[in-house]
Parts: sequence; structure tokens; C-alpha cells
Amino acid sequence: MRITVDEDKCCGAGSCVLVAPDVFDQRDEDGIVVLLEPAPAAEHHESVREAASVCPALAIDVDEAA
Amino acid sequence: MTGAPAVPGSAAGPGDSGAAPGGAGNAGTAAALRGPGAPVSSVLVVGASAAGLATAEALRRKGFTGKLTLLGAEPHLPYDRPPLSKQVLSGQWDPRRAQLRPETVLAALDAEIALGEAATGLDAAARAVTTETGRVITADAVVIATGIRARHLPGAAGLGGVHVLRTMEDALRLKGELAGARRLVVVGDGVLGAEIAATASGLGPDTTLVGPQAAPMATQLGTAVAKYLAELHTERGVGLRPGVGVAGLEERDGRVTGVRLETGEILPADAVVVSIGSLPVTEWLSGSGLRIGNGIVCDANCLAAESIWAVGDVARWHHQGLGRSLRLENRTNATEQAAAVAANILGADLPYTPVPYFWTDQFDAKIQVYGLPSVGGELEVLEGDPAARRFVAAYRSAGRITGVVGWRMPKQARQHRQSLVESYS
Repeated sequence: MRITVDEDKCCGAGSCVLVAPDVFDQRDEDGIVVLLEPAPAAEHHESVREAASVCPALAIDVDEAA
Repeated sequence: MTGAPAVPGSAAGPGDSGAAPGGAGNAGTAAALRGPGAPVSSVLVVGASAAGLATAEALRRKGFTGKLTLLGAEPHLPYDRPPLSKQVLSGQWDPRRAQLRPETVLAALDAEIALGEAATGLDAAARAVTTETGRVITADAVVIATGIRARHLPGAAGLGGVHVLRTMEDALRLKGELAGARRLVVVGDGVLGAEIAATASGLGPDTTLVGPQAAPMATQLGTAVAKYLAELHTERGVGLRPGVGVAGLEERDGRVTGVRLETGEILPADAVVVSIGSLPVTEWLSGSGLRIGNGIVCDANCLAAESIWAVGDVARWHHQGLGRSLRLENRTNATEQAAAVAANILGADLPYTPVPYFWTDQFDAKIQVYGLPSVGGELEVLEGDPAARRFVAAYRSAGRITGVVGWRMPKQARQHRQSLVESYS
């Protein structure tokens, strides 16, 4: 699994951090997403899929094949 | 949004009734009844915007492999609405960028996606939806996600230069209008009206925001924080006319020329946006037997009748944590409630008890609101400094935190969300 985030689309809602705090964080100054683990371990895959799905700005892309 | 009368608790939802008939094609025994927890092999989602699409996606993510149909009234592939009043209206985004998912991702959903086909009726007992083409679609479970439409001023629809903003077409029409407008009046001082005024004033027209509240978004931000928003709008050149209602529009030769206030004063305008709230899209459900009352009335699990669910802007469900019914018109609720409904369709049997959350971007301010701030409540600054226009603050009412508001501190506001969880669960 390979994650990419679109910082321009990110609205700083922090929904991803609530769902997958080991993989996502937010910048202190403006709340924009910080990707902690671009290729997370299998134990995080389910929460990452949910984070991508609940992101209100659709700023998280998950490549399952990578 | 939250001011409507509470609906008496309906925890014993229709789905709990053992008296309802089983669906066609099952054995007709009690075990085959489809209440929460019974197996479902087909789902029809009526409404293909954020809440509808998110329900379909959540069903697949949670392992649903049955037949899935997504029915949408608009002709477009599902698109996102928050950018309409901001990035699309300003021209910063090409409209295609507001599309919710690329076609490849939609195809991978393995769903029938029928667009430009509005639902016109529901037979709740048979779980059968009729569409405008005359087609009848039945499913084991039906999810209603038909959303809301913009309210209009009486007699204002069709008048040249007068706009509402709900759809992509609305946004593009308004964008075209603003390119040539000299004087814009935005009628309505809620979230959408304030966002439109902020965006439009940056595009050229002399912009005025008029509404009945003491400051824009006072209902959503509480008066203490709304005062800061009023200051920001004023500094950036938006003319505010707080505390006054609108009596009607002035026109000449079928085109708007001004907005007539209840005081008799006329604000000259060559363009007007009406953003005075919205109406749940439920007319098509008349005669369906569903309870309609400012939205579709649902139980704590978002169940409206046996195997009929509602999600998103159109759903008024019983929030168990608050002990009253709630209907939320915001983007984050659409996806959160969709996940809850998808889980319940698959048997989770869980009440939906979110901490309400929305954000708005106006000028340089990113504002986050968690919970439901008490309008006249006392404000306590938790971090930062309102004078520096960067802070997180909490509202209290009767000693209890009711809401957290962040102003240009999204991360820190989210970190304080935890202080609300207990009040809402």
C-alpha cells in the first residue's frame, strides 16, 4: 500500500488523524495533513482506507497495488 | 440547522417491529424479517452526492458484495459542494476538480450508477422506488440521501440577476454574473451567505451581506466569535447590514434592481444571492408512510422504517447522546453518518452519536467548529489569542462545554474535540 496526499486539497479537518493517528498528523501552523507513513504496515491498512474514505476534501489517495 | 423542535425519542424504531411483512422472495418466517442485523443482498441508495456515494463506498469497504445501485437526480458524476461557494465560485478551481471520485474509482465500486434519474416515489413496505423514467427499483435495503434544496424568497425565482447556490450550475451561473456585477447583495447571514460574501467581494463587486442576526453565523459560531467574523468581513470591505430582515426585491423589466429591507430602506443591487436556508428534499416521499418533519424522522440508528434508512442533510435522527433529534447540513456529517448507516445495514445495530463538526474558510480565516456552541454562551480561550486572530476557544453553558471553535488553528481545535466526546456519547 502506498499513500499520497494532496496538500492543496486538504482542508485541515483532521478526520484522518482521528481515524489513523499512527499514519497521519497535521501541521501545527495551518492544520494541513502530514503523512507520517507513506507505506504503512498491514495492521494500519484498514484504518487508512477508512481515513481516505472519510476525508471531507478527498485529499488522500491509496494505491493498494503498490 | 439545530433550531427545529425536537422529535420525541423514537428509539423503538419501526425496524424493531416484528409485525412488518417480510420482503418478496424470502421465506416469510420471523427469522427472515429484515430488521437491523438481518442479511441484505441488495441495497439501493437514492441520492448520489456526498452522503449517498459515501454510503455506497462504506458498504463495499465493510465487505458488502451484493447488488448496489446509486440513483442520482443530477446529471453529473458525484461532486462535492463545499468548494462551490469558494474555489469554484472564485475560479481558483476548474469545476472538474470538485468531482468526488475519478471514474476509475467509481467503476471499482461495482455499482449501477444511474444519473439524471430522480426518484419520484417510495413504497416503503415493498422497498420499491419509482423514478422519473417510470422504472421501479426494489432492494433489500433502501438508503435515502436526497439532501436539501435552497429556499428562495417568494416570487424571486426567475428574476434576472437573482441567484441561489446549491448545485454546480448555480455556482457557474453566479460566477458568470459576478464577472459583470457592480453591486452584489447577499441575503442571509448563515454559513453559506457569509462564504459567498467573502468570495464575491474578492472578485470585484461592491458586496453587502444582510441578515437578521447580530453578526454573520451567530447561530453556528456563538455571538462572541461571530463578532470577530463581522470584524473580518468589515475590514475586507464587505458591507454588513446586521439585525434586519428583508421584505422583498425591487425589479425593473424582469431584472433585480435592489433589496428592500423591512425598515423600508432599499439597497441598490444588480446582482442578489438568496441564502436563507434550505428545505429537505422529501416531497417525493409523500404517501410513502415515512414520518416527515423537517427531514426524514429516524430512530437513533438512522432507520426511518423497516429496511429504509436516511443519511446526510435529509436525515433527522435521534441523537442519543444529546437526547433529542438532530439534522445536520454539513459535509463531515455526510461521510460520518454514511459510515454509520452502512455498518447498521450490515447488522452493527449501533446508535449514531457524532460530535457535530464543520469548517468554513473565509478570507484568511480557517474556522473549525466542534459540537454545538451555545449562541449566547460564555467564551473561554483555550489556546492562542483572539486579538492575534489565532485561537481555540470553548463555549460553556450551565458549566458544561457545548462547543469548541478554532480560528486559524485547525490542529489545535481538533485536539480539543476530546473534551466534547463525553457530552455527545
